[in-house]
Amino acid sequence: MENQNIINIENLNLSIGKQHILKNINTSIPKNKITVILGPSGCGKTTLLKSLNRLTDLNPDVKITGKITIDDINIFNTNIDVTEIRRKMGLLAQRPYPLPTSIFNNVTFGLRISGRTNKKFLLPRVERYLKLANLWEEVKDRLHEPASRLSIGQQQRLCLARGLAVDPEIILADEPTSALDPISSAAIEERFIELKENYTVIMVTHILRQAKRIADNVIFMYLGEIIEQGTAEQVFENPQQEITKQYLRGSFY
Amino acid sequence: MSKKAQLYRTFKDKINSYWMLIWLILVVLTPFLIGFGLFYKSSLIFEEHSLTNLLFSTQWKPLAGKFGFYPFIVSSLLITILAVLISGPICLLAAINLTQYAKSFILKIMQPVIDILAGIPSVIYGVWGIIFVVPFISEDIAPLFGIETSGYNIFSAAIVLSIMIIPFILNILIDVFKAIPEALTEAALSLGATHWQTIKKVLLKKAFPGIISAFSLGISRAFGETIAVLMVAGNITKVPTNIFDAGYPLPALIANNYGEMLSVPLYDSALMLAALLLFIIVLIFNLFSRITIARFEKNM
Repeated sequence: MENQNIINIENLNLSIGKQHILKNINTSIPKNKITVILGPSGCGKTTLLKSLNRLTDLNPDVKITGKITIDDINIFNTNIDVTEIRRKMGLLAQRPYPLPTSIFNNVTFGLRISGRTNKKFLLPRVERYLKLANLWEEVKDRLHEPASRLSIGQQQRLCLARGLAVDPEIILADEPTSALDPISSAAIEERFIELKENYTVIMVTHILRQAKRIADNVIFMYLGEIIEQGTAEQVFENPQQEITKQYLRGSFY
Repeated sequence: MSKKAQLYRTFKDKINSYWMLIWLILVVLTPFLIGFGLFYKSSLIFEEHSLTNLLFSTQWKPLAGKFGFYPFIVSSLLITILAVLISGPICLLAAINLTQYAKSFILKIMQPVIDILAGIPSVIYGVWGIIFVVPFISEDIAPLFGIETSGYNIFSAAIVLSIMIIPFILNILIDVFKAIPEALTEAALSLGATHWQTIKKVLLKKAFPGIISAFSLGISRAFGETIAVLMVAGNITKVPTNIFDAGYPLPALIANNYGEMLSVPLYDSALMLAALLLFIIVLIFNLFSRITIARFEKNM
């Protein structure tokens, strides 16, 4: 199981209209590791992350060529059930977007839409996933209150619990701490380090220090291309490309 | 800067903030002034008739001093509600398609189309109603139900009206759905929801307050629309019993009669009361929608 790749990306190109956003992306994501996609704003990190669970479908103007396989299944295969692919991945966005409903219903949304509506089935799972996201103690007495009443840090952990509740293999995190205070950020980072035992974490960030704290593997992107990739040690201690060196020195963001 | 120039600068600043405040007050006061004016002008009729009599009597014989507004109120309500029932769902589905499924250029094409619809003078809608909707109803639709009608009836008026209010409702609905962050859609999809489940369980819920305001604006517009409705509604003073009966909505009553027969005692005051009723009913609709929205948002 060690060093096994869960995701393989071959010759991925993505454009919106005339804009070429991702150029010849070739990479693989190892299982049970934290892979950090690093790079300055606007370099295509988020688009790459979203193409993994085909959220790029939302924009009808997007054109994709190439291949992404997850568990050896080509996700662009047209006769595949896209909801099954998405269910393999929990998404944590830049800001928490709780669904307009209660805390309980947020955590159980993924289960309920697939037909698991039995309270006896749902209740223990709500507790389990809220504990996994380190939120249970704070909300256990008000599970049926609207999620919007939680603080933003709590909301982000709720979104994590919600994503975990569909039992994914992969956690996609798109700058998940960018809207949070340092303490809430640290809570999320700690969670990730613990979660990688059972999950594969892919995190987009432009915060160098955060990448250094938690990354096992690093993909450095610039202007839609992967410039350099490898283990955190390789990329941070011994970068090969001039652009990577400049970025790590803090010459640009 | 010299002291004089400084003084002049602060003076200009003060003046500007004040005169803007004056306009604001004027805008805020206008509805109250109109309401008060209508009440004042119509108050004469209350000296001879009770409010319940005016609201619920079906007798409209100004020459005999009988002023029952019931047929007009029922006509107005029927036409308005029917119009919103027709165009509400159409607009909602169109807005969902435009914002969720359609390619971005389609929305770009639709925006001017909607604006054109909004800009067509209402008399043109009325003419269109007479040459197209009225014969269609009398020759094709009513016979299906075994009913004989001239085609000048509640249903025709509601159809014409429903087309007229589409741009107003649709424009707001598009803005409402556009305002929902895409990340919320992404969140629901990433949890394994289908696009339809996302729309049904998340987006419609998030958009609910906006949908209510859109519909209530549609109702307000529909309620006050005069010319187009007057041209096809039939304008017979009788309580309509079904949608193929002719109706006589409140705005048509005012438009048809104001300026004539004003020598008839209390007639002037009765028409002012019709205007006041129009005003109050729209106010109640608005209030009701605001309360619904506030209640909903408290539990979101």
